[in-house]
Amino acid sequence: MQNLKRKKSLLRAAAGAVSAAALLAASFMPSHAAWEPAKPVTLVVPAGTGGGADQMARFIQGVVAKHNLMSQPLIVINKAGGAGAEGFLDIKSSKGDPHKIVITLSNLFTTPLGTGTPFNWKEMTPVQMLALDQFVLWVNAESPYKTAQEYIAAVKGGTDRQFKMGGTGSKQEDQIITAAMERLTDGKKFTYIPFKGGGDVATQLVGKHIDSSVNNPIEAVAQWRGGALRPLCIFDAKRSTYTEKVTDTTAWSDIPTCKESGADVEYQMLRGIFMPGDVTAEQVAFYNDLFAKLMATPDWKDFMAKGAFNQTTMSGPDYRSWVEKNEKLHQDLMQEAGFLAKTN
Amino acid sequence: MEEVSALFQGFAVVLTPFNLLLMLIGILLGVIIGVLPGLGGANGVAILLPLTFSMPPTSAIIMLSCIYWGALFGGAITSILFNIPGEPWSVATTFDGYPMAQQGRADEALTAAFTSSFIGALVAVIMITFLAPVVAKFALRFGPAEFFAVQFLTFASFIGMGRTSPFKTIASMCLGFALAGVGLDTVTGQLRMTFGFEQLLTGFSFLVAVIGLFGIGEILASMEGGLAFRGATANLRLNAVLETWKKLPRYWVTSIRSCLVGCWMGITPGGATPASFMSYGLAKRFAKGNRDRFGKGELEGVIAPETAAHAAGTSALLPMLTLGIPGSPTAAVLLGGLMIWGLQPGPLLFVENKDFVWGLIASMYLGNVVGLIIVLTCVPLFAAILRIPFSVIAPVIMVVCAIGAYTVNNSIFDVWMICIFGLVGYVFNKLDYPLPPLVLALVLGNLAESSFRQAMLISQGSVAIFWSNWLVGIIMTLGVLLLLWPLISWIITKLRGPALPEPVAVETPHPHG
Repeated sequence: MQNLKRKKSLLRAAAGAVSAAALLAASFMPSHAAWEPAKPVTLVVPAGTGGGADQMARFIQGVVAKHNLMSQPLIVINKAGGAGAEGFLDIKSSKGDPHKIVITLSNLFTTPLGTGTPFNWKEMTPVQMLALDQFVLWVNAESPYKTAQEYIAAVKGGTDRQFKMGGTGSKQEDQIITAAMERLTDGKKFTYIPFKGGGDVATQLVGKHIDSSVNNPIEAVAQWRGGALRPLCIFDAKRSTYTEKVTDTTAWSDIPTCKESGADVEYQMLRGIFMPGDVTAEQVAFYNDLFAKLMATPDWKDFMAKGAFNQTTMSGPDYRSWVEKNEKLHQDLMQEAGFLAKTN
Repeated sequence: MEEVSALFQGFAVVLTPFNLLLMLIGILLGVIIGVLPGLGGANGVAILLPLTFSMPPTSAIIMLSCIYWGALFGGAITSILFNIPGEPWSVATTFDGYPMAQQGRADEALTAAFTSSFIGALVAVIMITFLAPVVAKFALRFGPAEFFAVQFLTFASFIGMGRTSPFKTIASMCLGFALAGVGLDTVTGQLRMTFGFEQLLTGFSFLVAVIGLFGIGEILASMEGGLAFRGATANLRLNAVLETWKKLPRYWVTSIRSCLVGCWMGITPGGATPASFMSYGLAKRFAKGNRDRFGKGELEGVIAPETAAHAAGTSALLPMLTLGIPGSPTAAVLLGGLMIWGLQPGPLLFVENKDFVWGLIASMYLGNVVGLIIVLTCVPLFAAILRIPFSVIAPVIMVVCAIGAYTVNNSIFDVWMICIFGLVGYVFNKLDYPLPPLVLALVLGNLAESSFRQAMLISQGSVAIFWSNWLVGIIMTLGVLLLLWPLISWIITKLRGPALPEPVAVETPHPHG
């Protein structure tokens, strides 16, 4: 209302048709949509360049620019240090700054739990779940295993640590899934080999340096289409909804869930947006609106299909309780696998 | 000759006025990005990537890959003029490039660097054109053991030839390894040596270390030496390019060797940085006559790393296109771009997006030619920078260094770090400890460590994995031989009797390690 008064005095001083029209528009605008960024918005990626989160962030940046969704530019910055701790600590220390947002991967939960770095999602403001990233169990196409049952039977029948599972990072999502799978293998363990990025893992599997991986769809799809890798099952409750053929004979929806293949493991990774703590409801509403527009673009739909994402989106209290539930889930999974940092 | 016709089709795609304009813009931007330490090719490409979403993919990749070539060219400029490598792969260029500039031969060094870069890139592009399908598969043979073998070979080709006492080399290298160990350990997921400092989570970035050790350290040394760049007295030679070209054919063996090293490291994908170090080490190892002249302004010491870095940087695009594995950080960002444009890098790209692939390859040829012409015409201009009085240029360099350090992680902490590293560099020079082993260990230490530990996980702790197949066995054996070479040659000399003096023994300290 102060703004309105100032405008009124301005109007009295120099009345003009143009400013009167502006005033009219301003006074009719609902108050909660009033906030808009006053300077460029930084999108922090708590991971390196080229990975899944980075690809999504840069894609968002491109689509926002292409469709003019925001008056200020969006700038992507990678803060990957300490398994993403660097990025999250930056958001934590930017309390009340509405010009900074962060895109998450599972390290939102795993990094504080696994390394003891002092941050928690509760110190940030959940804004929007964009999608859930899937995980698929992959083997080399030349290996004899056609289904998840066959592969798990082979692990059971082999010697301990004979089968090598490659994954991204240590004590993060890939190793958590591996640990969960070890519940089904009669005490036989995988040898888990950590690599820097998902692309490396897929290549190592093509080169047969490892026996299997749990790559995200987007990381392995090129090798699948090229006939080098074979998907065995998807770690989701339901099959993928993408029915378009990816290879000559198979679509994402043809990959059975791990549960139907007798390997009852479910895991998905959050691709969501958070803001620093202590921001106003108007500021959160602005970003909710921005991402709603973004997700309505055809570019976004294409991107989702290419990476076979699970297009569950949430915001507000739903999102908050989802994050809460998932933090507990990670805590349990990591506790069971013995991945929790000693300081916790 | 299916490739040739495909290539000419590619040229037809590239040769539109719009694409040529983008090419020019890309090269210029790239040179600027390469010159500014801290910005780096990967960052430059990442920042500009979103601008290209509205362009057709072929035009976009032409512009972005030209930025990449430009950055490769530009990295050499600051290395030679100010001893500040803007990119990891330009570090080896400083070893001889900077002494040449001090002797007033900056134009010669720059010409040699640019021309070698061009030759390296050209050879790599020709290889990509004709051998792509054959060579691409080769990268798949590289598992952790093979990667470690290559990194070991790089260390070995560099260690066994120290100018100073081998103990000083080892001390310097160990300090580098210690610095490389700071931050998150990828194999166990634990933080190491961060001592509770949030700023140390990222570890020590290479750029912060070299900007401090080389750049600031050098300014400190110059201040002590009477506030003057020794290159300032150089006459401007407008025919420097032609004069240098006359000398270059003499070094054809080094060029060929460096091209081979570079292409190999780019495809495998070992990367441009190990390629440049390895190539420099090998050039010195196989040099005829007195090896002392390396590090004091030897033309060959500029040719070797530049040729290899460019050959590797270019051939790094091959595994990216055919397998979807980026061979360098910049290639990783380009890879992200490909996916956003709706292209899927991988085995099918050459089949499904022929126009795009051959357009890109054609732009590699043209981009490098255009790049070479641009940078060569600027050689006298760049060399003239050294004529600016030190009291003017030193603060400018300090500011650029500080901005560069800040840009790496957007952290003011890094600006303080370059000052500390500057002091370390100065002390190292004074005490005659060599800096290159420290930098090499800092750059490759992490990679070598994780490859080694991954290999150990695979083999369940047996080192026999490093001789488990012919490929890794050969690389590893070569590495061991190179490492032990000083010992072997010492024994040979002893056996032959004292008549032949050992050349290594007469090496003298050098002021600008």
